[in-house]
Amino acid sequence: MAIHLTKESKILVQGMTGGEGMKHTRRMLAAGTNVVGGVNPRKAGRTVDFDERSVPVFGSVAEGIDATGADVTVVFVPPAFTKAAVTEAADAGIGLAVVITEGVPVHDSVAFLAHARGRGTRVIGPNCPGLISPGQSNAGIIPADITKPGRIGLVSKSGTLTYQLMYELRDIGFSTCVGIGGDPVVGTTHIDCLAAFEDDPDTDLIVLIGEIGGDAEERAAAYIRDHVTKPVVGYIAGFTAPEGRTMGHAGAIVSGSSGTARAKQQALEAAGVRVGRTPTETARQVVAVLDA
Amino acid sequence: MDLYEHQARELFADHGIVVPRAEVTGSPKQAREIARGLGGRVVVKAQVKTGGRGKAGGVRLAADPAAAELTARQILGMDIKGHTVETVMLAQPVDIESEFYVSYVLDRAAGGFLAIASAEGGMDIEEVAATRPEAVARVPVDPAEGVTPAVAARIADAAGLPARTVDVLVRLWDVLVREDALLVEVNPLVRTRDGQIMALDGKVTLDDNARFRQARWGDEAGTAHDPLEAAAAAKGLNYVKLDGEVGVIGNGAGLVMSTLDVVAGCGARPANFLDIGGGASAQVMADGLSVVLSDPSVRSVFVNVFGGITACDAVADGIVRALDTVRLTKPLVVRLDGNNAERGRALLDERAHPLVEQVTTMDGAASRAAHLATTP
Repeated sequence: MAIHLTKESKILVQGMTGGEGMKHTRRMLAAGTNVVGGVNPRKAGRTVDFDERSVPVFGSVAEGIDATGADVTVVFVPPAFTKAAVTEAADAGIGLAVVITEGVPVHDSVAFLAHARGRGTRVIGPNCPGLISPGQSNAGIIPADITKPGRIGLVSKSGTLTYQLMYELRDIGFSTCVGIGGDPVVGTTHIDCLAAFEDDPDTDLIVLIGEIGGDAEERAAAYIRDHVTKPVVGYIAGFTAPEGRTMGHAGAIVSGSSGTARAKQQALEAAGVRVGRTPTETARQVVAVLDA
Repeated sequence: MDLYEHQARELFADHGIVVPRAEVTGSPKQAREIARGLGGRVVVKAQVKTGGRGKAGGVRLAADPAAAELTARQILGMDIKGHTVETVMLAQPVDIESEFYVSYVLDRAAGGFLAIASAEGGMDIEEVAATRPEAVARVPVDPAEGVTPAVAARIADAAGLPARTVDVLVRLWDVLVREDALLVEVNPLVRTRDGQIMALDGKVTLDDNARFRQARWGDEAGTAHDPLEAAAAAKGLNYVKLDGEVGVIGNGAGLVMSTLDVVAGCGARPANFLDIGGGASAQVMADGLSVVLSDPSVRSVFVNVFGGITACDAVADGIVRALDTVRLTKPLVVRLDGNNAERGRALLDERAHPLVEQVTTMDGAASRAAHLATTP
């Protein structure tokens, strides 16, 4: 069944006609994703030919939904226009907006996330690789060919660590992998995904990847303790990060004594989560738990 | 990006918040002149982007211009928690009746901003919150509404601040929104003996993502103090200097952070964080290698790449071509994994550079790089 994204998902791409939008729409289609249209007011009415499919361009998200019944949008528009793009999608009544764009001003994210919540639109991201339900659908930029369908659910702040774990565990496979993004404010949290994986009959085990900054992992640990019955294996990056420095992701920063990797690891372990010391060890722990 | 106190003061003043008269200098002689202009008696304050200046002796009262020069001389060059004092701000002393605390901070979990206010200002707010939580009011701000006078009145009321702080609370919200700040803090906000509400000290953190629409701070972008960080920034690289001996290059922030940890777990210290992103072209790889190799404390370099959308053969090709332009002076341990890993490894093997070796696992490669860096 997977979470948030299945083979039934009908996907629009906002910014499809841009360079990144074109490249990744082609990859999404190649992975079997049902991309039903692009959105670009200046190119409305045209179609874009990809390898095996011709995809129409709509003038607005609302037109795209009317014409296709789309329920997911993937947003590739530049940072300055992301707020308007997500606001438009929420107003059009889209169920899920996956915001790939990196570098969105935090005030814009706060505004469009609040707006989307009010309209009942789930947002994943910004600054995220998107999500994939292998063998079903791929909404975003996660490489689809490094793993296969299976029974592990994964939620992560980091793209490449997601790929690393997907690859190490490719023989077991995944129900859904969600990259929630590394910005200080994101639309979908670890907890949202934990809750969905707990309810998903096709997920047997959950991998949770976190990193320094904020307290999302600590909150996730408390949630796991109280609400999650499925086994959870964790990994946290950033033990060696110096205080006060942003490590690549805008949200990856230790401020004073808060947001440290140590505190996150301890919170997760206290909630019964096994936490690997390296990505490879984390993968081994997943195998051990599934074999037990 | 954190601002210096004097920059925060300037922003506050621009938005109509009353601040003490003050000027900044890096010269003790000029400090004397400035003190004279401010009426003789001044507070000399170290300008560093860290807390605890007062305790470290970086904030002192000077009775007259001569004392201001002497005090500035003592404070300039001081080291406060690893930050060297390069400038001081001289400010007119203020006759304080009471001190308050106000800030707007990003509440990451709630996805919005939070007003924090207390009638017990002038101290470390985290200490106040820990010992007397009832003395600290926390009021979430609705992003669509912002801080209107009515909202500000609720914040002031919740914290027991005088009604006259409402105007400052509204203006401070203006600073937050108009300047794309992630944090604005005034501590202390004071009421002077003559009844004025004044921002005596402030902290502002700006959102780096908003630089494209905040032209005012454009010049601040390249102000990395570390020469290697400045060189990396000039090449558009995402680099943070650390104090170890294993240079690290990888693709993706999470993977690079993880690489630093794994290197540390092998008994060596990472020399830097460097994320070259997904593309990993020959040019970016060459730029990254040249910055990392120019760090004199680096003794080995660990290139850790997971090939996803950019497959390993493309990354290997980038490394091979980078080796044509960068003279390798230290051993390079490369780990390629993911899509087309075999083909990528074969390409590097063909190049057969004497200082390049491949290890196929991340943990094994980290261990090898650590060994090379720590063995005499």
